[in-house]
Order: sequence, then structure tokens, then C-alpha cells
Amino acid sequence: MNARANAVVNAVVERPREYLTFRLGEEEYGIDILKVQEIRGYEQPTRIANAPSFIKGVVNLRGVIVPIVDMRLKFGLGSAEYNDFTVVIILNLGARVVGMVVDSVSDVMELSPEQIRDTPEIDSVVDSSYITGLGTLNDRMLILIAIEKLMGTAEMALA
Amino acid sequence: MSDTHTSESSGDVFDLSQFHGVFYEEAGENLTSMEALLLETDESNADDESLNAIFRCAHSIKGGAATFGFQDVADLTHVMETLLDRLRRRELAITSGMIDTLLESGDVLKHLLASRQSGTDAGIDCTELVARIGAFAHGTVAAAPAAVAVAPAAPVAASLTEAPAGAIASPVAAPLAPGERVLEIAIGPLDQPRFADNVVELFGEIPGLGTIEPTDDGKPDASQTRHFRVVSTVTDSDLLDLFSFHVSREQVSIREVGAATTAVAAPVAPQVAAPDPAQEADQTFGLFEDLPVPVAVEVRTPDAVVVAAPKAEAPRAADRAAPASANLESSTIRVPTEKVDQLINLVGEMVITQAMLAQTGRGLDAVVHQAMATALTDLERNTRLLQEAVMAIRMIPMTAVFNRFPRMLRDLSGRLGKKLELHTIGEDTELDKGLIEKITDPLTHLVRNSADHGIEMPADRIAAGKPEHGTVTLAAAHQGGSIVIEVRDDGRGLNRAKLLAKARERGLSVSDSMSDTEVYGLIFAPGFSTAAEVTDVSGRGVGMDVVKRNITSLGGSVEIDSVEGQGMRVSVRLPLTLAIMDGMSVGVADETYIVPLASVVESIHMTASDVKSVGGTGRVVEVRNEYLPLIRLDELFDVPRSVEHNGGIMIVVEAEGGRIALLVDDLIGQHQVVVKNLEANYRKVPGVSGATILGDGRVALILDVSWLIRRVRH
Repeated sequence: MNARANAVVNAVVERPREYLTFRLGEEEYGIDILKVQEIRGYEQPTRIANAPSFIKGVVNLRGVIVPIVDMRLKFGLGSAEYNDFTVVIILNLGARVVGMVVDSVSDVMELSPEQIRDTPEIDSVVDSSYITGLGTLNDRMLILIAIEKLMGTAEMALA
Repeated sequence: MSDTHTSESSGDVFDLSQFHGVFYEEAGENLTSMEALLLETDESNADDESLNAIFRCAHSIKGGAATFGFQDVADLTHVMETLLDRLRRRELAITSGMIDTLLESGDVLKHLLASRQSGTDAGIDCTELVARIGAFAHGTVAAAPAAVAVAPAAPVAASLTEAPAGAIASPVAAPLAPGERVLEIAIGPLDQPRFADNVVELFGEIPGLGTIEPTDDGKPDASQTRHFRVVSTVTDSDLLDLFSFHVSREQVSIREVGAATTAVAAPVAPQVAAPDPAQEADQTFGLFEDLPVPVAVEVRTPDAVVVAAPKAEAPRAADRAAPASANLESSTIRVPTEKVDQLINLVGEMVITQAMLAQTGRGLDAVVHQAMATALTDLERNTRLLQEAVMAIRMIPMTAVFNRFPRMLRDLSGRLGKKLELHTIGEDTELDKGLIEKITDPLTHLVRNSADHGIEMPADRIAAGKPEHGTVTLAAAHQGGSIVIEVRDDGRGLNRAKLLAKARERGLSVSDSMSDTEVYGLIFAPGFSTAAEVTDVSGRGVGMDVVKRNITSLGGSVEIDSVEGQGMRVSVRLPLTLAIMDGMSVGVADETYIVPLASVVESIHMTASDVKSVGGTGRVVEVRNEYLPLIRLDELFDVPRSVEHNGGIMIVVEAEGGRIALLVDDLIGQHQVVVKNLEANYRKVPGVSGATILGDGRVALILDVSWLIRRVRH
């Protein structure tokens, strides 16, 4: 009975999961697709005084006020230019809705557990505790981020 | 109701639980009005109207409770009803002991209903209370046992059984009781003739409704229609409401073939001829309220009002104001708050869309697109009206708050040994429901404070040459876009010297040159134990600072005024609603901000030379012989500028008793803005109270003027 229950749990855990992949500079990141509400073009947000530089301000998303975070500024990657290709991923994190500016969205990918490797201890601007693993697909490497956890930190100054 | 048509056994096991919510709400209202009426009752000269009204309240609760099988509630209301029935028949004289017991019963009922509602066991034993009420009811008059014995047999509107028993056998021949009518009712065409039997069954299940019998030997006619003869006092529409449990309204036709002479001949004239006008009106009320209400919407028909009207004109009616207000409720509907809020949100979105359209429309050629321009103007007007109408739904009168205070003062006067009177003014003033809920606690605190610390003991009052009764006055009135609620008392007032001394003792920075308002404001200081020491009355010392904080968080303000020995007045000023605000939009470089119009005093053109500096960095500006601190919005909010800007517009704003001047580039306009919350997805931003969406879809931040003024002070 117990063994069967465990088998069921394992089956759930080991089911391949889908990730939305996006680019920040030269790096490619992946987040759980279930956290993504929609993807929009970039529009000039209303600036919030005295907020950290990576918080670009707030926008009106069909009547709801949503903060916009520029991940390129946050991670110090890429040139943080805003052009027609700049994309905002609207994340629905349960308690709150947050927009995330990235260079571009690549695609949605399915990764099975054996394609995900542990993150080595490295010194980077991204705290490794928010990286759930490194996904490999042919010769591409995806940095998988626990986005809800990251956005919830005091460092992001969102709450 | 359509589901009942499909169920085979719908007539037998009718699920009543769906009406529980309505019952709880109605019972709650009945308890509230019963309490209010009891408190108004003068023991020496109780008038019939109030006694009847109190009886009706208990009676309605009992009817509902019995229908739903809430035995404890029904038992308690039953003995209350017995007592009240004897009181209104003048078989007993009301005493203050009875009033207290009835009030206590009301409290117990509230608990019983609350525990029923939450599905928990109240664990309240009412046996003693029931016995006590019973003792009152049996009390002095010998005829009492008979009344008690009859009542259980006829749980609802016992008076209806006055209709002779023979009425059931031969309704036409039997004399009709006042108000009764003989009706021929045809139900059909029916796919399933047995639905008509369900109607008969349902009719029979409701006590006191009257009689129904088939005139067609139980067989449908050629067009599958059944015919019945009904003797009842109920109006046609009430019957239709009842029948619509089983058959659709279109299938029912009602024809009146006879009626009791008094009711038909002079339905509106004073019914002096009727045996007991009050009692008859009571039948109508009682019946109506005993019906299971088919939906959460209660619409009392004009018929019911017509029958009730003679009651008000009956010669014995001493107080005519009360029945009028009872009738006012007849055309209300109950709607869950979420539905209204959803509507308000949608209208808010629509206002924004309309503003966007209007902005786009302005770019069009007025000649070519004349029809479009006209339509846009119409849209703008209709949207505004719609918004006002929708906002008005949420507005409820202050009565909702004021109602709780008579009881509180009655209890307090007992506990404190003081004589207290409550006056209320402007209880019809309307306020947003959300605000009403939030203002109740602060007001309760203020009233308790007045009764506890303000009003003196009766002996002291007489010694001071004041009437023995202390008066607490609650007044509400609209002033511009706000509501002002005052709590006044004619007690001992505040002592300026003592307050100052107390403040020094606490280490607060005060000076003798402070204005009275500032000195009185000290009692709002955190940790400043209020009147407790200052007026030598022991108190809980629950912070007035909490009161102030609660009111400020609602966007309101509070002020104190007092004359020593004469009393004090606390004025609470609140916005009418939290969802919509009149705002002035101002431009700073390329950004737009909203200043709440309520705090704007004036705006003045300014040149750089008007600004004087104090101590190097502090800047002031002279406005009407007064130097005001100047805040440059562009500096405060770090607004990026491509070109240097000189001059601009100075907006003088006022909040929390202080004034400052804000420097902006230009004024854009005034409009109503829908206030959006920044914290929902982001967080609190200093200096910003919220955000709104402009006509072009962009977000603009709303300035928190109180915060700006506090910032200058510190």
C-alpha cells in the first residue's frame, strides 16, 4: 500500500514539466509556465519615485495596477533597451500579479527530470537559492528560476 | 423555482434550507426594530402602535423559526408573543421589568440565531427566561391561562381562527371575517395536473392562510385546467408568489367573487367599524411574513400597504411617525454586497473606457464626425449618471450606526449610575456601506467616552445648575463631498490647564501659547491616557489615538471643541465613499499626479521670486500674509526634466489642521477618479495614497496630502 502510494507520488514528481524560456542578454532562463498569465509588448509605465531602478513603475492591466520589474536591470544583464521587441511577461503569483521585462521570449519547452542538472556553487548576481536547476536541451542551457520565491524576496522590494 | 417542477416529490419534501439566509436577515431586522421599539416604550403610557409593532416582530420571528424547525427560537418567541399579545390587548400593563426581560430575550435570540447560522450549538438554556416571561404573562389577570392554552394550538395569527369552522365546508354561505375574500382560481393548462394538487397541499401547510378546495371534483377540464375556490385575506400577488413554487404565474388566473364588506367597501377609509383595526392589520402582516419567501427579493405589494394604511389613521394611533417608517421598507430588495461591488468595479472600468473614447473622439473632425461627437457626449453623460446611480446603491443611512446607541446608553446609565439621554440628528444622512462598518467602532468609543468621562454624576450636575439628565447628541450631516458626524455631550468638558500639565508630565512638547484646538488635540496623542486622570473619573484609558488612527486611515479627520463645564464636541469628517474621489490632475514635467480636490484650498500662479528660503534649504512662500512651507513636487518625486522650468502653479493644500504649498508645472483639470489600490500587487509608496487610470489608459498616482504635511512638520 505504502509502496504504491510512493510510486504514485514519484510518478507525479517525475512527470515532465513545461517551462517558458526567455532571454536576458546572452543567457537563457526558464520559468514554470503555470505562473505565466500572459505576454505583452512593453509600454511606458508610470514611474514610482524612490523605487529601486529595476522597478520601472506601474501599468494599467485592464483596470488593475501592476508593477513592472526589469529583470535585465535586476540581474545586470543585457543593455536594457526598450524597443518593439521588448516583452513583458505577466506573472500570476497567486497573491499578486507582476510584470517582468525580458529581452525576448523564446519558446515553451518540456523538460523531464533527467534533463535537469544540479546547480554548481557559483558566484553570481543571481542568488543560487532561487535557481532550481540547469536544464539541458541539445547544446542549450536553461537557467531554471523559482520565480515566485524570487519575486517574494525583500530584495525585489515588491511588498 | 423551475427545479421543483421536475422533482416528483417536490410538494412533499420541499427544501427550506435555501431560505435560511433570508430568515436570518429578516429575523435580525425584526430583533433590531423590536429593540428600538422597546427602548422607546414609555411604561406609563405605552401606545398601541408600538405594542402591536413589537408583537409583530416577535410573531414574525416565531413564524419563520417554526417553519424552519428552529425549536428553541420558536419556543422563546412563543412565550414572548404570549406576553406581548396580552400587553397589546391591555390585559396587562407593561412594566420596566418586562421591558428589561424582553430586551434580554432579544439578546438571547440573537445568540441563538447566530449559532444556528454558524451551525454551532449555542449551549444557551432559555428555560429560566421562558419561565420568567411566562410568569409575566400569567401574572395578574385571571384570564391568562386561557390565552396561553389557545396559542400553541394556533401558532400563527390565532385571530384568523375566528372564521367559523363551517367556512371550510361551505365557504359561500359562511360569513366572512373582515378582510377575507372569496376567489375563484383556475390553474392551467397544465402538462401534469398533479402540480395543482401540490399547490393545494402547500396552501394547506401554511397556517392561517385560509381555505382552498377544488370545485371540479379533482379532475382537470378539457383544457387541462383545474378550478379551485379559495377563502383568504391574502392579496392576489401573494397568492401568486406562493403558487409559483409549483406552477408558473401565467398558468394561474384569479377572479374575486366575494369579500367581507368592510374591507371592500372602504379599504382606505379609517376602519372604525372593524372589530379591531390593529388586529386586522396584524393579520395581514403576520400572514405575509409567514410565507416562505420564494426568492431573496421581497417586494411588498401595494395591496398590503392599503390594508395597513387604515391602521395609521385609526383613532387610537398615538404616534404616526413609526408606522410610516415601517411601510417604507416595502419596496426594497436584498442583494449580496459582492454583487453591488462587482457592479461598481464594472462601472469603474466603463468610466475609464468612456474617458479613453472621449479622448480619441477629441482628435476627430467635429464636422465630419458630428454624429459620433453627439453620441460621445451622450455616452459621457449616461456614464456619469450610471456611476452616480451605482454608487448610490452602496449608500446606506446612518441609522444603521445610530441604532445601536440607545441600547448602549441605557446599559451604560445603569452601570455608571448616571442619567443619560441620547439625541440623534440627521440619521437619514447616507454613507458608503464600507465606511459605515468601519466608523461604527470609533463612534462607539467616542459615545462611551462621553458617557463615561464627559457626563457628570446626577448630583454633580444639579450642583452645577444643569439638568439631572446628561445628554449625548449624535449628529450627522453632509458637507460638500464629506459627511460630518458629531458626538456632543453637555458634560464637564476638557480642562485646558490640566491637559497641558498632563502633557508636560508625559514629556510631550507643549507650550502655553498653543491654540485650544492643539491642546484638545493632545488627547489623541498615543499613550496620553485621556480623560481618566484629567477629569478624575476612572476609565479604561482605551486610546483616543486608536480612534484617530482609524478615522485617518479612512481618509477622514477628527477635531475636538470644548467649553469647560459646558461639554465637548468631537467632529469626525469622512469622505462619502472610498471608491471614487474628486481629483485635480497636475502636470510635473511629463508626469501627471492627482491631488484630492477635498484638500485643495486654492491655486496661485507663481514666479521664482516669490519663493524665500529659510536656513538655506527650507523654502517658504507668502500666501495671504502667511508663510507656507513650499514643496516642489519635481524634487520630492525626483521627476526627470529635460529643460529647466521656472515659475509654475502653486497649490495650497490643507490636511490635519496644517497647510502647505505644492509647486507643480501646470494644472490639467478636475475630474472624478476611480481610486485603485497600489498595495494589491505592489506596496505602499510614501507620499502616494493610491493610483487611478487616466483617460489615455496610463496610471497616475494620487498624492497623500496628509503624509506631505506630516513630512514638513518633522
